Amino acid sequence: MKLKGTEILLKALEEEKVDILFGYPGGAVLDIYDQIYKSNFRHVLVRHEQGAVHAADGYARATGRVGVCLVTSGPGATNTVTGIATANMDSIPLVVFTGQVPTGLIGNDAFQECDITGITRPCTKHNFLVRNIEELAMTIKEAFHIARSGRPGPVLVDLPKNVMAAQTDYDPAAVRIRNHEAVYKPAPKKMANVLEMLERAQKPLIMTGGGVILGRAAEELTRLARRYRIPVTGTLMGLGSFPGSDPLWLGMLGMHGTYYANMAVSTCDLLLAVGVRFDDRVTGTIETFAPNAKIVHIDIDPSSINRNVTVDLPIIGDTKAALTDLLRFLDDHHYEPDGAGRQAWLSEIAEWREKVPLTYCRNSEVIKPQFVIQTLHRLTGGDALITTEVGQNQMWTAQFFGFDRPNSLITSGGLGTMGFGLPAAIGVKCAFPDRQVVDIAGDGSIQMNIQELATAAQYNIAVKVVLLNNGYLGMVRQWQELFYEKRYSFTDMTYAPDFVKLAEAFGVAGLRATKPGEVESVLQQGLAMDRPVLMDFRVSREECVYPMVHPGESISQMALGTREMIN
Amino acid sequence: MEKKDHIISILVYNKPDVLARIAGTLGGKGYNIDSLCVNTTTQKDISKIVMTTCGSQATVTRIENQLQRLVDVISVEDLTNVESIHREMVLVRLNRTPANTEAVKKAVDDNRWKVIVSGDAFVIIEITGDKTQIDFALARLEPLGVADITRTGLVALKLED
Repeated sequence: MKLKGTEILLKALEEEKVDILFGYPGGAVLDIYDQIYKSNFRHVLVRHEQGAVHAADGYARATGRVGVCLVTSGPGATNTVTGIATANMDSIPLVVFTGQVPTGLIGNDAFQECDITGITRPCTKHNFLVRNIEELAMTIKEAFHIARSGRPGPVLVDLPKNVMAAQTDYDPAAVRIRNHEAVYKPAPKKMANVLEMLERAQKPLIMTGGGVILGRAAEELTRLARRYRIPVTGTLMGLGSFPGSDPLWLGMLGMHGTYYANMAVSTCDLLLAVGVRFDDRVTGTIETFAPNAKIVHIDIDPSSINRNVTVDLPIIGDTKAALTDLLRFLDDHHYEPDGAGRQAWLSEIAEWREKVPLTYCRNSEVIKPQFVIQTLHRLTGGDALITTEVGQNQMWTAQFFGFDRPNSLITSGGLGTMGFGLPAAIGVKCAFPDRQVVDIAGDGSIQMNIQELATAAQYNIAVKVVLLNNGYLGMVRQWQELFYEKRYSFTDMTYAPDFVKLAEAFGVAGLRATKPGEVESVLQQGLAMDRPVLMDFRVSREECVYPMVHPGESISQMALGTREMIN
Repeated sequence: MEKKDHIISILVYNKPDVLARIAGTLGGKGYNIDSLCVNTTTQKDISKIVMTTCGSQATVTRIENQLQRLVDVISVEDLTNVESIHREMVLVRLNRTPANTEAVKKAVDDNRWKVIVSGDAFVIIEITGDKTQIDFALARLEPLGVADITRTGLVALKLED
């Protein structure tokens, strides 16, 4: 039976078990939208195409499935670029469908034409321009396969208007594609090396990253750490891959890592780095990173190996497969850590933790942002899906919301995209309508995609925005305070809307707390509502994120700020 | 680490923008392509790209890894230390004058180069060889009045698989 391109698209999406599209219509995709109108396909209308990509991204990060969005050609397509680059940096599987002018007009500077495959080549895992109807079904199938296989990533599929209007035969069973799955070859010799290194090590440390979450290997990693009593630190993207409440957990490492995590990395003699890529925010100066350690690096992407940090033993492969192999090998060879030695190492770490715990200076007059996050953690029992914006709000969330489960922190790690949190939260909430989904935001970031409050209101997607409102671009201001003698060049955001009124104007509930005593009741009230809510917390204006490793320094050199401890 | 020339042979699916992907990947990551040769293989949907680049072994390994990530790349091999033959070709147009006719003829005969077109005012010579031979030829012809040249990228073929 002959089907139109638009029909094939929707059928192919069903084949891929896509249950939701985030999108925005326009001239080049009118036919596709007409087909959606005639179908039962679930489509969420965002208010800006960037929001569509972030929503699909949030959906993907929370579920581990491919997020999908649909936008029109030209500006619709270019508006997706920040979202695509965000997903690309964090290896998030997305398929982004863009409309395109008819093939006969490509290259003519037609209305709303742009070379979106050219523009997105460096920030997608792969992209396609579908040149004729016969390629359509295969291209869609391949796009999904590429997005989710190996090291995942975003794939863009450009759909010219005439191709979507053309007809061809469609038989999903007959669609054949190339395989892009990364092949993991078990390497017993390497496992033997790891065993030998573990036996020799006095101070082993695990560093877990986003690859453990993407590879669904949190369980194996947790087993490895607990079984052999190896302490664990993690990157921002790795938070949740090891329980934040476990005594072996040291918190995040790097620029805003805990004192004890950074000291442990700088002191350890064996570093098992799993699913990480040694980003500069994590390592500080490369020369002084883990200076005493042999480094084992497990990662699916060979291009991550020896790129930033030279390692002693690379193991290329899917984190789950590699860790499963390692666990089996250690078990088969009856590896047991030296009890006294391990205890001494854990005691050394405990001393660091006692000397400089992760804390902040509490105040009875002014709301501390960290206090809001801690209270949120307590009230939700930690059982919430958290998105963040970027900057101080993100770092405080990473520090003070102890993530116990993978896929529960949804944050733009690599690209650091302001405006990510709200649309991402909408995507997460669409996937998990019964879970509490909270965007921990700053007043700068939230204004970058504030229009998505309308999306939340329209569909009653009950996301909760916890706005840590300090009237500054806080993280940039912090750098200006520390490195530019407090010359606050264009970081004062005091001129801002009344966020409560703004929320209400969008049809979203607005609440406000100005005193520490109000924090708990506002959070309780906001969390209890079955509708989207924005909670405006007027927080201490010039609070800094500490510890902080100054740029260009070793991560063992941390500024700790004024340290008046919590009582 | 010591920098040297590397010859990288890349098999790719013959897709419209595969060359743009490869060039973009290397350019975007700050690597330089010194010479490039692309054409189809005996399988019409597969092309071979031979590229030369200068860098340390570590840099070249990174280049290989980056290329290997591309969906349309089938395989990447560094032929630098593999037994293989290397050829480039150059077409040279020389202005013909009464003064240089004899010298041009002698240079061509001595080196067994090939004259492809011979006109009253000019002559076009085809020269193939490895990089050293081409460099030598161009140096030899330069004083005789070279009007223009076109030089291919390097092609390389392994002696055995």
